[in-house]
Amino acid sequence: MPQAIEFSLNGTATRVEAEPGELLLDVLRGRLALYGARFGCGAGQCGACAVIVEGEVVAACQAEMGGLAGKSVTTVEGLGAAQDPHPLQAAFLELQAGQCGYCLSGILVGAKALLDRNPDPSRAEIAAALDWHLCRCGVHNRVMDAVALAARRMRAKTGFAGAAA
Amino acid sequence: MIPPMLAANPQLDRWVSFQPDGRARIAFGRVEYGQGTVTALAQMAADELDLPFERLNVVPAATGDVPDEGLTVGSMSLEMSGWAIRTAAAEVRQLFLAAAAGRLGCAPGELEVRDGTMLRDGAPTGLDYWSLAADVDLARPATGAAPLKSRDRFTRMGESQPRLDLPAKLFGQAFLHDIALPGMRHARVLRQPGRNARLAGLDEALIRRAAPGVDILVEGSFVALICASEAEAARAHAAAERAARWQGAADLDPALSEPQAFKAMPHQTFEAGAPRQEGSNRRRITASYGKPYISHGSLGPSAGIAQYDGAKLTIWTHNQGVYPMRALAARITGLAPDAIHVIHAQGPGCYGHNGADDPPIDAAIIAVRRPGAPIRVQWRREDEFGHAPVGTAMLMELSAELDPSGRLVDYTAEIWNTPHTGARGTAVAEGALPGYRAPGQAPQRLMPDGTRFSGGLLNALPSYDIAATRTVEHVIEPPPIRTSSLRSLGGAPNTFAGESFVDELAEAAGQDPLAYRLAMLSDPRGRAVLTRLAELCGWAGRGAAGTGQGLGIAYDRHRNRGAYVGCAALLTVDTEVRLTRLWCVCDGGLIVNPDGAKNQLEGGMVMAASWALKERVQLGGAGVASITWDDYPILRFSEVPPIEIELLDAKDARPMGLGEVSQGPVMAAIGNAVAHALGARVRDLPMTHDRIAAALLRE
Repeated sequence: MPQAIEFSLNGTATRVEAEPGELLLDVLRGRLALYGARFGCGAGQCGACAVIVEGEVVAACQAEMGGLAGKSVTTVEGLGAAQDPHPLQAAFLELQAGQCGYCLSGILVGAKALLDRNPDPSRAEIAAALDWHLCRCGVHNRVMDAVALAARRMRAKTGFAGAAA
Repeated sequence: MIPPMLAANPQLDRWVSFQPDGRARIAFGRVEYGQGTVTALAQMAADELDLPFERLNVVPAATGDVPDEGLTVGSMSLEMSGWAIRTAAAEVRQLFLAAAAGRLGCAPGELEVRDGTMLRDGAPTGLDYWSLAADVDLARPATGAAPLKSRDRFTRMGESQPRLDLPAKLFGQAFLHDIALPGMRHARVLRQPGRNARLAGLDEALIRRAAPGVDILVEGSFVALICASEAEAARAHAAAERAARWQGAADLDPALSEPQAFKAMPHQTFEAGAPRQEGSNRRRITASYGKPYISHGSLGPSAGIAQYDGAKLTIWTHNQGVYPMRALAARITGLAPDAIHVIHAQGPGCYGHNGADDPPIDAAIIAVRRPGAPIRVQWRREDEFGHAPVGTAMLMELSAELDPSGRLVDYTAEIWNTPHTGARGTAVAEGALPGYRAPGQAPQRLMPDGTRFSGGLLNALPSYDIAATRTVEHVIEPPPIRTSSLRSLGGAPNTFAGESFVDELAEAAGQDPLAYRLAMLSDPRGRAVLTRLAELCGWAGRGAAGTGQGLGIAYDRHRNRGAYVGCAALLTVDTEVRLTRLWCVCDGGLIVNPDGAKNQLEGGMVMAASWALKERVQLGGAGVASITWDDYPILRFSEVPPIEIELLDAKDARPMGLGEVSQGPVMAAIGNAVAHALGARVRDLPMTHDRIAAALLRE
């Protein structure tokens, strides 16, 4: 039976009628018309549909609506828009970190979750955080450089001085 | 000479015109799929027109709106399409200068164009492209007579230009997959278990229990499930897989996954090159290399939309060209091409002929039988892996003769593969649908010199001065599974084999691999690439073999006529190969967008490193058995090493495609570095744990 499920979506209180077993990805791309989370495999193996739920990166193709009541969900649309890009999006543009771009929504979301918990990640930490995300065009190095660039700028803005030596 | 693409679409306003809104309308038949083609072509147009980039309106590809340039393939866009747009734009500029001169009563030579306005002795004349537009009829055929700008006058070409298509992709937009049309229905097609399988029964009640609103279309062995939502279509499809009974389902032997299996299959043989010299007493060395079937592995499964109003069929596709899609849809639906309109939208990277043609054709077949609503077909991951064409496996048996000094003087490449190109069929098998005529094999293609073109022969011969060379190609027909073009066709596998073999020849001759190559390479541009590569990678400090750390190099001239490319790999091997660093030095002729060029070269290196170390399509059952990312691993973030790329500029006027030139050299460099690390050679891809162990045991 469909039920009313209330959750926070990109900071906005949202209410949808959904079957508890319905998948978040279908709801986002269906009646919510948010297309940033992309269908890649339907099995949680590629990261193209990554979203942040309560600070954790999850595959929207595996997340059931019934488990989201009262929770906070962030999609790539919640990061920034063309007029007001998130530092990650600005850095990806500046370094042209993309080719076909199909993986980028999920990678941006994964990178945001990383920087939220670790504002000064090493290259190895960036790689480890993004390892679940597949990229077929081979822009991995540009992506890692862009994440590091965004992190540097965000630290400069917030006055974060890095971990004590 | 008028460029072939301009000769095929001669009317100037097909390429360039001036809109009332103060922008120039620019159209190309080549499509963007993330490789940066459209941005680089726009740079070329802007430069020849002397227009700011911001004043271009590059129109999306759609039949009727853009010139017909066929398929976007072979890394030929900048060379062929670029030549056409530059020629057309230069002629438009010349016509407008003549019109301005007429108005001003001066000679055209007294005028110049800057940012779209006409200047006389550097001073404004009050005229620009838009104020003169009424004076110049661009609905005229190009003559091809206007000279192109020389390099010293470029203002846009050679500058790094951010990609036009990238911003939307960073803000959650851009793709065909995101198009939601009013009243759109979602359909899935039940795929036959093998090309010869026929539907023997379908329990429709079972499907309706899972998806009560489903519209089931059955015609011959073609079964489509049409629903109001994607989720319901998924339920209907899953039920239909249980509800269908098939006759003649395929059951492929998994051993057919290996290229060595080709020798027992029906094939045609083509020989070319120098006559064989029997009875030579020179030293002869042979080695056999293998490359498995490789999936395009597009990150997004393909999608397509079709809508038929009873007279006109409209198709939305992310395939490689709108006109070929129209021809394919006309053949399959029986509609006249004029009754079909094809619109291109962005899709996931395809790297060749992946599944992109298929869902729009599925949708078109359904739409003409269910007029009215738009029909959207979204392939599943399993469909993209299991039913899209894959790149063919290849077996490469190489034979060389060395003179007493160790120099390579006679070379034979004997190749076994299925066709790399020409199979523009779809996932709907011939005979599946009554009256359905699958496209036949494309006619034999010829090279400019009249010889037979085969994707399997690209870079079959190493790019050195060798006195006698020959090729023997065995083409398997029919292939055991659907094969079609994959980035570089046979070029990268052939360079992997040939440049691995050259290292083996150097070892047999007791010579350093770099010195051995330079001794048989007279082309100064190739020598410059190899020499610079050796400096960058620290070749002079290369250590002994067999330590577990390896440094390898490789070189080729793409297709023996394009870019000069050298790659080096530094890596370690214990039970697996771990890449430490990769380098690429490339002389790609005229570089239009340096950042875009580097992005393409690096992307090609990462993809080919993944091919070399990880990838192998497994056959079995109805066809392809590796249908998830767990079955088909690719290189991940933690496995991608730092990569250094350097472009060399030999002041060439001609651009060379760079989308598929780095793969072969990087695969061979990795192979040579693995051999250096192990003191033993792995000749069959991918270089996995088991193959490394086998190579060590063999030594």
